[in-house]
Amino acid sequence: MTLVAQTSNQPLIVWDWIGRNLANIWDRTVEHIVLTVIAVGIGIVVSVVLSLIALRWRRSYPPITWITGLLYTIPSLALFTFLVPFTGLSLLTAEIGLVSYTLLILVRTMVTGIDEVPPAVLEAADAMGYSRRDRFLRIEVPLALPVIITGVRLATVTIIGLVTVTSLIGLGGLGYFILRGLQTFSSPIGTTQIFVGTALSIVLAVSADLSLVGVERILTPWREKRIG
Amino acid sequence: MSNSPMIELIDVSKRFAGTDADAVEHLSLTIEQGEVVALVGPSGCGKTTTLRMINRLIEPSSGKVTVAGSDVSAVPLHELRRNIGYVIQQVGLFPHRTVEQNIATVPSLLGWDSDRVRSRVDELVDLVAIDRSILQRYPSELSGGQRQRVGVARALAADPPVLLMDEPFGAVDPVVREHLQRELLDLQARLRKTIVFVTHDIDEAILVGDRVAILNTGGVLEQFAMPGELLAHPANPFVAGFLGTDRAIKRLSLLPIDGSSLEPLPPDGIDYHSAGAIDIGVSLKEALDAIVSGNGHHVAVFDGTVCLGVVTIDMIHRRLAG
Ligand SMILES: Nc1ncnc2c1ncn2[C@@H]1O[C@H](COP(=O)(O)OP(=O)(O)O)[C@@H](O)[C@H]1O
Ligand SMILES: [Mg+2]
Repeated sequence: MTLVAQTSNQPLIVWDWIGRNLANIWDRTVEHIVLTVIAVGIGIVVSVVLSLIALRWRRSYPPITWITGLLYTIPSLALFTFLVPFTGLSLLTAEIGLVSYTLLILVRTMVTGIDEVPPAVLEAADAMGYSRRDRFLRIEVPLALPVIITGVRLATVTIIGLVTVTSLIGLGGLGYFILRGLQTFSSPIGTTQIFVGTALSIVLAVSADLSLVGVERILTPWREKRIG
Repeated sequence: MSNSPMIELIDVSKRFAGTDADAVEHLSLTIEQGEVVALVGPSGCGKTTTLRMINRLIEPSSGKVTVAGSDVSAVPLHELRRNIGYVIQQVGLFPHRTVEQNIATVPSLLGWDSDRVRSRVDELVDLVAIDRSILQRYPSELSGGQRQRVGVARALAADPPVLLMDEPFGAVDPVVREHLQRELLDLQARLRKTIVFVTHDIDEAILVGDRVAILNTGGVLEQFAMPGELLAHPANPFVAGFLGTDRAIKRLSLLPIDGSSLEPLPPDGIDYHSAGAIDIGVSLKEALDAIVSGNGHHVAVFDGTVCLGVVTIDMIHRRLAG
């Protein structure tokens, strides 16, 4: 089976190439997942800390969103270029960049999730004699989970897309194929590599999103039946 | 302790930060053990603020509140609150916990073992007439009336001597509200809690309150008396206005038919068809209703199938005067 471009008889996808490079494709896919998990994992930890600070001292929230918003808007290419002189072509460089893109989404959703807990629920919890700490951990956090998980989903999908850019500093997971493909764009092997890199990234993003929906279902069985 | 007041507010004032008037001003109120006190007044008069100062959800700006003889500011907060049940209009059930877990909240906080918690939940389910089949449901799956019952069960879980209720039935439809009001009265007849019941509905206050405190803007106590006394002798025009233009009718609803002072049947017999008939157990309000919708003079009173005599318009008039 071969897809054929209309203007020429050259195949767009060389399926043989895929068969010959399965091991490499597998390794790059794993690398892609690892880069994503590290970025989202560290992003969550940093965001929890930032959110706790923002919730404890409300006046720190605007500057926190301002800074994380700034990090979010810096073009990733520019950020890597800026970091390389300091941290080299390394995993550290890649992760600093990736983590910085998760913070805005995660902090926003964490703080919003906690803020949206209904006041009557908090009032009831206080009146039942919950301490501040227990109220936070046992009432507010569980009730904020749906919003927080939505943030994690968004951050994860964003990072799966962004990981490809780290191919420019020698990593990139599936982005490696896209970069190689672009360098040899006119050849059938090139388009095949772009196809493999892109398609698998999409598959990863969709699977990650669906798994997180599953996690949410398990963690929040109390939510009304809903779509998506 | 049985004859000292259960709750005392002594010259309590509250001014919220950033406001230039007291929400509650020099309020003193003494609530006895085992009574239901209804706090009633126009919206914004300070009812909720007053209630919340009792379990210290709000700290008074000045004055003192005692519960069971102890200054509430000297009792550890969690200890105070676990001994005071609290029910609010929005209920505030925990959405992520099942009905059973919601009811078990305070017992769990108190560290009861799971057998004791389970048997207590079982008792409460019967007490507030919750269907056992909803125990494993989440609050979002309940009707308004069910939520309110679960809210009451949760508040009663650790058998607190005091119950604070803030417009608990304000969000349910009138039919369900009437049910819940009756159930509360039945419950209270068995439990004899000390209940502070906030409402803006004077009829509800008269129905549920052993005594009714009428508050005016700024938490000013205008009158604090039993419903009959309030209706018979409103202390001032504000109270009279708040009670409405049908005070006499409202009083009648509180007065039972006095079986010993019925007039005998007229010697020439009575035409039950035009006179109408009522049961001895109803109030004078129903008697009056039967009279004005019957022959306009009297109504026959029955105990089962036995006719005991008649209630006349004159008798009703004398009862109101006396
Ligand atoms: N947290 C608050 N901050 C400022 N003002 C408040 C606060 N809570 C209540 N108030 C004000 O205090 C007054 C009494 O409120 P409230 O006790 O809720 O009245 P009610 O329950 O009788 O309707 C109102 O004027 C209200 O606006
Ligand atoms: Mg109120």
